[in-house]
Amino acid sequence: MSKTTTEMALDLEAKRLSVVEPGTRVDLQGDMTDNQRVEKAMTNFAKDFGRVTATYMEACIHCGACAHACPFYEASGNPRHTPIWKLEPFKQAYKREAGPLAFFYKTFNLKKNVTLDELKEWQELLYDTCTMCGRCTLICPMSIDIATLVGMARHGMFHAGLVPHELYTVTEKAQREGSPLGATPQVFEDRVEWMGDEHEVDMHMNEDEAEVLVLMSSIEIQKYPESMAATAKILNQMGKSWTFRTDGYEATNFGLLSGNTGWQKEMSMKVIATAEKIGAKLVILPECGHAYQALRWQGANMYGKPLPFKVQHISEFLADAVDSGSLKLKTVNKTVAFHDPCQVSRRGGATSAPRKVLEALGVKLIESKSGGSMNTCCGGGGGVITIHRADTLRYKVMGAKFRQLGETGAEMMVTSCSNCRQNFDDSGEKLNWDKQMNSLLELVADNLVEEAKK
Amino acid sequence: MTLLDFARGPAMQIAIFIFVLGIVWRLVGVWALRQKKDLSEPRQKGAWIGGIKGLFAHAWPYKPFVPYVGAQYIVGYVIHLGLFIVLFFGTPHMLFFADIVGFTWWTLPGGVITFVALITTVALFIALTKRLVNPVQRLISNFDDYATWFVTTLPFVTGLATTANLWPHYETGLAIHLLSVWLLLIYFPFGKLMHSFWFVVSRYTTGSRFARRGGMA
Repeated sequence: MSKTTTEMALDLEAKRLSVVEPGTRVDLQGDMTDNQRVEKAMTNFAKDFGRVTATYMEACIHCGACAHACPFYEASGNPRHTPIWKLEPFKQAYKREAGPLAFFYKTFNLKKNVTLDELKEWQELLYDTCTMCGRCTLICPMSIDIATLVGMARHGMFHAGLVPHELYTVTEKAQREGSPLGATPQVFEDRVEWMGDEHEVDMHMNEDEAEVLVLMSSIEIQKYPESMAATAKILNQMGKSWTFRTDGYEATNFGLLSGNTGWQKEMSMKVIATAEKIGAKLVILPECGHAYQALRWQGANMYGKPLPFKVQHISEFLADAVDSGSLKLKTVNKTVAFHDPCQVSRRGGATSAPRKVLEALGVKLIESKSGGSMNTCCGGGGGVITIHRADTLRYKVMGAKFRQLGETGAEMMVTSCSNCRQNFDDSGEKLNWDKQMNSLLELVADNLVEEAKK
Repeated sequence: MTLLDFARGPAMQIAIFIFVLGIVWRLVGVWALRQKKDLSEPRQKGAWIGGIKGLFAHAWPYKPFVPYVGAQYIVGYVIHLGLFIVLFFGTPHMLFFADIVGFTWWTLPGGVITFVALITTVALFIALTKRLVNPVQRLISNFDDYATWFVTTLPFVTGLATTANLWPHYETGLAIHLLSVWLLLIYFPFGKLMHSFWFVVSRYTTGSRFARRGGMA
């Protein structure tokens, strides 16, 4: 791999956590000829051409409806940002190489070979302008799961060395250091200790056995370390047997986001092996959307068998805790608008969890227009927020989001995804938003009723 | 052999043969592909119920999307219902099918069928105009989209011409109408007309996959 791609410093000062903007972009990795790149892309596209993928490829009627559900198209008005168009080379490869009519398409050259220029052109569409939020599936008359297909198309792109500079860099860093954003095991341990001292809360680190393994995302470790204290405070109050582990703590999975299934598996296996080693019955995921996809819904498939423990997003854990009465909360007398992380709500199925928690907090929840599972994405997920050249459009997407949340008139904004949160913070600074996005977890931790301790 | 004899004989047989074989080929070609089992722990049982719900949930856009695509859905429904009504409730068409299945059924008056066919043809032209004018649809359209439009519209146009007796020679006109239908059948398995089948499979697939998670599709 080209060295220039990975020798980039983290931009720890910015609201958004990424590497510094590259002076010269190198959006091409590895030493391959043009033909080799195309071949790699095709081979890895083909690996994903199973029955479900094929069904979706066959079903599209080119109605273009998906454009109107896509926050990027809505923000740009650019037809190229139509979700199904983002899959054009992937579709082309399917029809020419794997579909039932591939013989005709290939023999008579009815579908042309995908070219390197096309793949390069599509890099922006597959990485910069899609968070895999899956809202397009809702509007599609054929119900095509375009987000999953974009994730698959990224597999081919990664192996062809066609990942945007910054996203590749943080992914490579994650693979090498165990965290995409500098939260190495040592940094993690230091910051956990710091938060323990700062908030006078008992931190459980590297316990040999524990019922609950708690993961953190690098965004929280580096930008919102209070999340670690908040989680500890809640688990301690509930009397849980829990631990952080330096050999399995990173919840984000940039293998998944960039398109390297091998790395995705390695990243998931670190956590799975740690949970097995300590005999955990439950793995709690932090406020991170893609982490939930990676472990809750794809973890077992990486492992090759059902996971020997339960996986919960922190909002699900909190919802169960307030439901069972093991966590009692003070009333927060405010109106709240909740931003649903797409991967947890619409695509994860945990839409009701944060609402139960907010109800227990006694807030008045004002749903935004097209909220809940139909929520509009903030535009920062799927690795998009790491890519500097995507900033202009990302801010436009967030502009619409700000307007949508503003229309609720709510006093307080809350979410349960730290990646969304950093996007709100970064875009808020840029667009002079007069509100601040808050963490559901931290809101709970700040409003615990001490007597409820078990 | 007159053109009509050809249309009613070998042309029809060839068209039906390609139609049936092509559909089977395309469906089996997809269903024969491997599919890995999802090993994640489902949030709830009965994913198939979500699959069935998915069939109906996408029959009309969710509320926030109606202003964007509601009109497009209406045009789509006019085309699909028009095609269905004309095909199965037009007397000559019913008699054609009756020869095959061995029984007859109630049909609509000729004037109604002509009216429905006219409305459907207008809807087809509206759909084509949108495809040509709308920047999104124009960009994502390919040969198949226009070919599908052509082979779908042609039987309506030739059928209306036959009903209105616009052909110089009625029997030749009728033969042209029949041949246009056979063209539709021959093209059917090769293009997006196959969405007649895929819409069920695709909606069910997504509906059941996301019901398993408790998510929304």
